[in-house]
Order: sequence, then C-alpha cells, then structure tokens
Amino acid sequence: MTATVEAKTEGTEGKVGAVPTFTVTLRIARYDPEVDSEQHWESYQVTAHATDRVLDALHQIKWEQDGSLSFRRSCAHGVCGSDAMRINGKNRLACKTLIKDVNPDKPITVEPIKGLPVEKDLIVDMEPFFDAYREVMPFLITTGNEPTRERIQSQQDRDRFDDTTKCILCAACTTSCPVFWNDGQYFGPAAIVNAHRFIFDSRDEGGSQRLEVLNDKEGVWRCRTTFNCTDACPRGIQVTQAIQEVKRALLTSRF
Amino acid sequence: MSATTSETNYHAGPDAVSAKTSRYRRVSKGRGNFELWSWVFMRGSGVLLLVLVFGHLFVNLMLGEGIHGVDFAFVAGKWASPFWQTWDLLMLWLAEVHGFNGVRTIINDYTEKDSTRWVLKGLLVASAVLVLVLGTLVIFTFDPCVDPSSTLSVCTGR
Repeated sequence: MTATVEAKTEGTEGKVGAVPTFTVTLRIARYDPEVDSEQHWESYQVTAHATDRVLDALHQIKWEQDGSLSFRRSCAHGVCGSDAMRINGKNRLACKTLIKDVNPDKPITVEPIKGLPVEKDLIVDMEPFFDAYREVMPFLITTGNEPTRERIQSQQDRDRFDDTTKCILCAACTTSCPVFWNDGQYFGPAAIVNAHRFIFDSRDEGGSQRLEVLNDKEGVWRCRTTFNCTDACPRGIQVTQAIQEVKRALLTSRF
Repeated sequence: MSATTSETNYHAGPDAVSAKTSRYRRVSKGRGNFELWSWVFMRGSGVLLLVLVFGHLFVNLMLGEGIHGVDFAFVAGKWASPFWQTWDLLMLWLAEVHGFNGVRTIINDYTEKDSTRWVLKGLLVASAVLVLVLGTLVIFTFDPCVDPSSTLSVCTGR
C-alpha cells in the first residue's frame, strides 16, 4: 500500500504502482577465523526495493558481491528462527525486517547476536543457548499410564501458556539480555519462556522440577526486568512477564 | 577451523571458536534457595526502609525546630529512648544489608572474571561489616556524657 502511494506522489520513475528502489549501505561485522584475529566492519552498497527485507540485501551481497559473507537462514519467512542478528543495534530477524523500516538513509549496521561465540561473520555458536534450553526439560513430563486418546485440556487451561508456545528459539531475547552478555551463565529469557510453556500446562506434571531448575543461582532471580527481551522478541512474546510469572510461581510454592 | 583466540575483542566478539572450551560453557552452580530469599529480602526491606527512612527524615527535619534543632543534644535525647534505639538499629541493619545485597548483585552482573568478583566482594563484605559493627556499637554504647564539661541535664544531674 505504502509503496503504491509513494510511487504515485513521486511519479518520477516507472509506471504507477511500481515499487520504488533506493540505494542503501550495509555495514556488516565480518570475521573469518582463518584470516582475522578480530571482528572488523565492511560496507556494501545495495540497490533495494521498498518491499525488500534486510535478508534480501544480505542475499544480494552474498550472491552478487562477496560470496564469502556467511549467515544463517533457513525458511526466510520468520518461522525457523535461524537469522536472528543485531540490526542497527537491535536484535531482529533479518527476514522480518524491512529495509525501509530501519532508516535506509544512513548505513544499516548488521552484527551477529551478542553474548555467544562468533564462528564466522554473522554465525554464532548456539550450543550454550541450547544447553540452557535442554536444562529446563522442554518436553511433556507425566506419570501413570499413557491415555489411549489425546490429553484433553480446556480452552482456559490452554490460554494460560499460549503466549510462550510461540517461541521459535531464535535467541534474539537471550542475546539482548545484559545479564546474559556478561558471562553467559544466566539461563536466559528463552530457556525460561520454554520452561514457562510447560510449568503452566495443566497436562504437565514436571512443573516443580522445572521450578527447582530455575531457582538456580543463575535462574530467574538474575532477571533485572530491563525488558530488552520483550522488545527483541520477533514473535511478540511478553517475555519479561513470563519470567515474572515463573518467579511468582516459585514464591507461591514456598509460602 | 583454527581456534585462534583473541582477548582484545569488542563486546563478546570472536574469541574462542569452540564453546566447549570458552567462558561460554555453562557450568552448573548448584541449587539452593539463597537467591530466592535474597530477592524476597530486597522487596521486604525496601518497603520497610521507605517507612523507616521517611519517618526518620520527618521526625528529624520537620517536627519541632526542624533541621536547626539537630545537634548532639538532640541525638542524645533520641537515643535515650529504646524506641528510637530500635528504630535506628533496624534502619542501620536493613539499609546496610539491602545496599550490600544490591552491590553484590551489581558485582555479579558486571564482573567477568571470578578473581575480580572475589576481590570486589571481599571489599564489599569488609566495608559492610565495618559499618554494621561500628553503627551497632555506637547505638548501644552511646554515652551522652562523653564530654566531661557537658551541660546536658542528664549529665549535670549526677
């Protein structure tokens, strides 16, 4: 819609309804472990459309300018969570961020997500992130015999944890957290969100075990409610709220 | 992929390639309710301190002669009453432990190396103990007549 209106008012190039194009500069943090000892910045000029996402610009650079640029992406449509990166200082999914929304008048900075070891260019080692995720046991824990049918749940019970089921494990939240940046020992918002998803599931019986895990020295009590995670989540999950709910559950289980 | 490391990176930039050997490796720190209680204490003491501190400020600065009435005799008069002794003792302990715990949290959040962490926490514990012991000692052993030429009524009367 916006593109159409802009094309009409400007009316300088192409036919009515054409998507306007512009040139944009991308400053990308590059690091090749075989050559570099440190990260350095490189700039690339890209001709982009108003409908292009940052990922499209990265593709253009990789396919047409510098094939050595490395980044992760899989579905490229905001579902798989592979291409979380720091764009203009904020964690976002490159495939969900339109270039026109991140001020293309100035160079757009693209960095790997912070707090995890960089392997190459925009690729980080996600293992520490997944280690924390595994520790909260993100699977259904039950006792007794398996029912022969599905486990029934009321809509109300389901709504209790609906928000935290949206997580795609992109690590945008965890790597936006200043407490995680420091030494990477904090469980991080993503692990807590995924614990929340089961703790508040009426069908699950491992809630108290998970609460015990998150009562750790590096657990929920390290959250400083800075809301960076909520801002960063590309799925709009109320991450900080979920963490506070886990804290409250821990408190009510004690008193 | 060579695992050359560089300590002179910015942010958490490229240092160790393998998370298995780097500081990014998650090490289990053990469980326990310490952090839970510390979190609860911060909330509880915070609310109490609001009452204690603003009560203290109101009594000292607003009632009677206000700030001009605060002198040695004023303090001596206050500490003659067990009520104000308890009030001040509670305020001292809660404020010091609340502040101690807050700074401990900040140290945990901002230091990267365990050695720095221990040095800073050592200094913190030392300062907290000093303030607590000294403060408590003063409240309990306060003598309004330390000055032999004191003209306070309690001193001249004996």
